[in-house]
Amino acid sequence: MNRIAPLSILALGILAFATLLLVIVPGIQINTEPPTPGLKPYTAQQLRGRQVYIANGCVYCHSQQPRSADQAPDDIRGWGRAAVASDYVFDRPHLLGTMRTGPDLLNIGARLPSREWQLTHLYQPRAISDWSIMPAYPFLFEVKDKAAPGDVVVSVPKEYAPRHGVVVAKPAALDLVAYLQSLDRTMPVPAKAIRDDGYDNDGVGK
Amino acid sequence: MPITVGLLLALSFIVSLIALAFLIWAIANRQMAFDQAQAETIFVPGEQGHPDDATAAPEALEARAHHYDPVRAGIDAVSARPVLVLLASAIFWLVLGSLFGLTASLKLHWPDWLDGSPALTFGRVRTLHLNMVAYGWTSLAGLAVVMWVAPRIFHTALRNPRLPVIGAVLWNLALVMAAFAMASGWNDGEEWLEIPWQIDMLLAAAGSLFVIPLIRTAIARNVHHIYVSGWYWMAALCWFPVLFVVANVPLFYSGAQEATVNWWFAHNVLGLWLTPLGVGAGYYFIPKIIGKPIYSYSLSLLGFWGLALFYSQVGIHHLIGGPVPTWVVTLSIVHSVMMFVPVIAVAINQHVTVGRNLWALKESVALRFISLGAVCYTLASFQGSIEALRSVNTVTHFTQYTVGHAHLGAYAFLSFTLFGAIYHMMPRITGRAWPWPKMIPLHFWLVVIGFAIYFVALSIGGILQGLAMLDATRPFSDSVILLKPYLESRSLGGGLMTLGHLLFAAHFTAMLIARRPAGTMEGPRETRPAVAA
Repeated sequence: MNRIAPLSILALGILAFATLLLVIVPGIQINTEPPTPGLKPYTAQQLRGRQVYIANGCVYCHSQQPRSADQAPDDIRGWGRAAVASDYVFDRPHLLGTMRTGPDLLNIGARLPSREWQLTHLYQPRAISDWSIMPAYPFLFEVKDKAAPGDVVVSVPKEYAPRHGVVVAKPAALDLVAYLQSLDRTMPVPAKAIRDDGYDNDGVGK
Repeated sequence: MPITVGLLLALSFIVSLIALAFLIWAIANRQMAFDQAQAETIFVPGEQGHPDDATAAPEALEARAHHYDPVRAGIDAVSARPVLVLLASAIFWLVLGSLFGLTASLKLHWPDWLDGSPALTFGRVRTLHLNMVAYGWTSLAGLAVVMWVAPRIFHTALRNPRLPVIGAVLWNLALVMAAFAMASGWNDGEEWLEIPWQIDMLLAAAGSLFVIPLIRTAIARNVHHIYVSGWYWMAALCWFPVLFVVANVPLFYSGAQEATVNWWFAHNVLGLWLTPLGVGAGYYFIPKIIGKPIYSYSLSLLGFWGLALFYSQVGIHHLIGGPVPTWVVTLSIVHSVMMFVPVIAVAINQHVTVGRNLWALKESVALRFISLGAVCYTLASFQGSIEALRSVNTVTHFTQYTVGHAHLGAYAFLSFTLFGAIYHMMPRITGRAWPWPKMIPLHFWLVVIGFAIYFVALSIGGILQGLAMLDATRPFSDSVILLKPYLESRSLGGGLMTLGHLLFAAHFTAMLIARRPAGTMEGPRETRPAVAA
């Protein structure tokens, strides 16, 4: 090849074609579907909590995309039914994730709805599961001599509690928990909803 | 989904027709005339058959007062400054990025270490590592190789040599800003796209300052034929800005659709940006150091266009089993498997050239780095194709196995290639030998052994982790507990790699601050190619 222009044009043409197939066509197809019935937009507090989730990189250990029962036992583990495209219409940015160093969280709000549990777990995961390798997030909390009115006090086992005073959740921790509690895609979806059906056992010819 | 499938078929039919028409036009106009002699474009007359090893022991070279390449000294002198600026900053990011990587690795088995500061939480440290090594180390070092080699294969000095210096300064400024942003929790929330889009715009502008000199040098070239490395690099510099800008358009994408944009970008950054940088470097340095042209030049054409066609469509294999249309997942799996074609083409070319000249590996540590990098490119690509198969992906997806694979590509392939390239380039740029030549093999063995431990640990650990998660009778905690020894081994391997990088950085700094020789070598700013192609 001895010319610069044809090389560049062809190279960009190929990229444009890939973009058409991987970005534009799936985008059009996904956007034709209405939101999953029963799915609610996030509240202002849940969105703030979502930003805490993003800022601290929770996505690097937690996926939000349960797989189908034909592929993996995600549902049996309590992570929820197979996720479909319309489950994510309110997600900006998406947080599907690619790792399961920790469990999938798309239905954590339904599986572990307790705010107390979540706060203790965020303060010190090993206070709940001694095998956990999740980071502790002490900077989302503060230690006070005495809780003020309106403070949310976190219950911490003696082993992990500060010597003096009480552990109080900062607003960021409460927002994050509000977001986690909102993660609930247990509502049913149409059988034909968009997702990767490549593992379906019953889908010969589908 | 009859409409989609029909649309898809119609599209690929039209595209095939256009491609065919283009091919006929190109052949008719001799755009693609091709012969083995053109592989000799990298040489000047009389050079073939003479190995070119810049890392040779100094006693062998004592007769010479300098390490310049006398024929190309005029060309090298022009590109020296931008290349040195790029390399110095690339190595800075390598060291800093490795320290963050090692910290992230340690935190996975010492979860309560350094947990007091939000900037040092695992999620942020990991992100800092990825962005520093991807956009700092590999991108900047790759650009340095391009800015140094491209003028040599075009047989004329770099045009606008100040633009890449400005580009490097702006790029580094953007990276520093990005690092502070991410450490303070400001990021765009998607893997490989964490840098806030406002800062991305500065990165894109900086990147364009490398495109202009490359294209102007290509137009002014003193040889008709563009050598294969030049195709890879020119295409990469066309692709990357488009990818980067399209993927970073703010407020435009959402939900599952955004996930397809995310992985279209993230895999293309590897396939259409970092990979061409490394493969192009291999195509130049392997035959140049050995002193013999590449084995089959026409095969390199297949390798290049195969990479462009197949690699650009593999991204959605990161969403197998996910909430995106089945057909787009399948499309990416098919193209992932098709990647065997261009990879085998590159493998035959590079490995046969090295295999016929094994003596050269003993002579040149730079070649040892680069040809091992080339072998790891083959391995990483084969592994990637196999990982995209649905049955394999079910086990390995969501596990540490993927992390091992990513490092086989970005580290063992690309970084090894870049290490070798830098060891070869620096004596030619500065006119001095490496001050501590025995430290080069030490660096080699530290990173090779470190990486071997890293890769074996994560591959075995990842498979066991995946199998544990697929077994409904085992609690999730099993998959976490069993991983611990493998994560510890990874930290050990990563520690050795980081140690190697520290040695490398020290060696590089020592070379930079060593006393300047009497004067820089001047020479004509053009050379004559060995073939009149």
